[in-house]
Amino acid sequence: MSPAEQTAIRSSARNGWLLSLPALAMLALAASGPLLIVVYYSFLTANDTGGVIREFSVEGWKGILVTYDIFDERYTLAEANLTIFWRSVWLSLATTALTFAIGFPTAWFIATRPPARRAMWLFLITIPFWTNLLIRTFAINEVIRNEGILNTALLWLGVIGAPLQIVYTEGAVLIGMTYVYLPLMVLPLYATIERFDVRLLEASYDLYASRWSTLRRVILPIVKPGIIAGSILVFVPSLGAYVTPRILGGGKKMMIGNFIELQFLQGKNWPLGAALSVLLLLIVTAALLVYVRVANRDRGADHG
Amino acid sequence: MAERGFQISRLPGFATIALAAFVILYLPIVTLVIYSFNGSNSVATWGGFSLRWYGDAWANQDVKAATMRSLVIGVSAAVLSTTLATLAALGTTRRRAFRGQTFIYVMINQPLMVPEIVTAVALLIFFGILKVATGYQGLGYLIAAHTAFCIPFAYLPIRARLESMDLSLETAAADLYASPVMTFRRVTLPLLAPGIMAGAMLAFVISLDDVVITEFVKSGGQDTLPTYMLGQLRRAFTPEVNAISTMLLGVTVVMLTAFFLLTRKKD
Repeated sequence: MSPAEQTAIRSSARNGWLLSLPALAMLALAASGPLLIVVYYSFLTANDTGGVIREFSVEGWKGILVTYDIFDERYTLAEANLTIFWRSVWLSLATTALTFAIGFPTAWFIATRPPARRAMWLFLITIPFWTNLLIRTFAINEVIRNEGILNTALLWLGVIGAPLQIVYTEGAVLIGMTYVYLPLMVLPLYATIERFDVRLLEASYDLYASRWSTLRRVILPIVKPGIIAGSILVFVPSLGAYVTPRILGGGKKMMIGNFIELQFLQGKNWPLGAALSVLLLLIVTAALLVYVRVANRDRGADHG
Repeated sequence: MAERGFQISRLPGFATIALAAFVILYLPIVTLVIYSFNGSNSVATWGGFSLRWYGDAWANQDVKAATMRSLVIGVSAAVLSTTLATLAALGTTRRRAFRGQTFIYVMINQPLMVPEIVTAVALLIFFGILKVATGYQGLGYLIAAHTAFCIPFAYLPIRARLESMDLSLETAAADLYASPVMTFRRVTLPLLAPGIMAGAMLAFVISLDDVVITEFVKSGGQDTLPTYMLGQLRRAFTPEVNAISTMLLGVTVVMLTAFFLLTRKKD
């Protein structure tokens, strides 16, 4: 490589950095940078009137699992917290499973339409995807709440004698999250199914495979990257969900996101809230790393 | 053509589930839109077609103020984030891969990966410190926060456009002795314009829809439309919120349609 070429490459890299710098500065100021302050705050002492006292403490982190009993002067397991974590995890897993159960057939259906009509079906999935999450949560609330259209219709038909209590239960949060995150599962699944070679199905049927074993042995392994992408895209926001459990859980069926808010806005335990935020961030990062590893391995397998 | 009886790509029950999924996706939204035109005071009864809730929303000073605030924040964040994203896209495409490029990608896409509640908490703490230190309580914090999380949304369509653009026109301009600035203004920018417009519209929609970060960053009396709606939900049923939702929904659908027309591949 000639010196002139090397200079050209160096200046190209420098220009690349210079042009990206304003965006990076903005992100450091109002997105990534402040995350470091959260880590710092998780190791400070709580101020009972809100905010923190600048003294090192690990009480915030301990507070995730245990509560200090001032009368017994000892720590007891914080069962209320564990209930919230367990609920967040199982609701997020169940949301992922449900969106897959509904989303896979939907994505398959769209991908197997004639190309001209595919764009229309895809657009129909995209509109809810971009529609305000609050509005969609509000819309599903209108359907399932006690005076909502579902209960009104069932009462009118005489199927039930009294309104079903759906809202403010874990079931309501599950229904709501499945509803709002379904497009996040359908879109990546569609992207992989669309590239699926239909001749593989012919081969499978020619070899006397049943539809079920074709689905299990041929289709699912090939669309696995889409399944993983969709699952991550649904699981991650479910775990950090705030709006949907707040509206449909009604303060009783809290998830981690609401529990974090509680520490900052009412509970006045900022270090605990900060520790919970860092924990959530770590779990999400771990999930994303697993995704990257699996995606890379699959890509490697394709070439190998 | 396969026989109707055995379509190779048909899987039993899939079409039924898919059509049910579309009904489930749209039924609540359609219901909400219909009931925003309900003249009655309760959802249980249909009181005839009426625009009274739109009238109520329009007459409500809080709604007006929240709408103005949402628009000011949305337009500012869209313009700022699109400008920053355009520069970053020019910096990270169409040049030889350079050291730190992956880092830039990760940084730009970071708002998509971090749970919103965590960013919200981080900004609550950080901007809280700034508010005390500077005494400034204005909309600037919300605009900064919105600009930051809109950057990846503005960046993606602009980068996609840049990558699919033909370099030969710019080379031709340079061959005809156009200065780099002239080439950029007269050739690159006009070609890039649809991508920039698409990015700006996505950023605007994303800003307009934000609830969580706004809820944590706003000072007293700085409600945007979504946080105003969230506050109303705590109270008894207000059909006014249906009317506001329907209007927001309308804005989203119009913007998305424009987005698709702008980014559609020419046949």
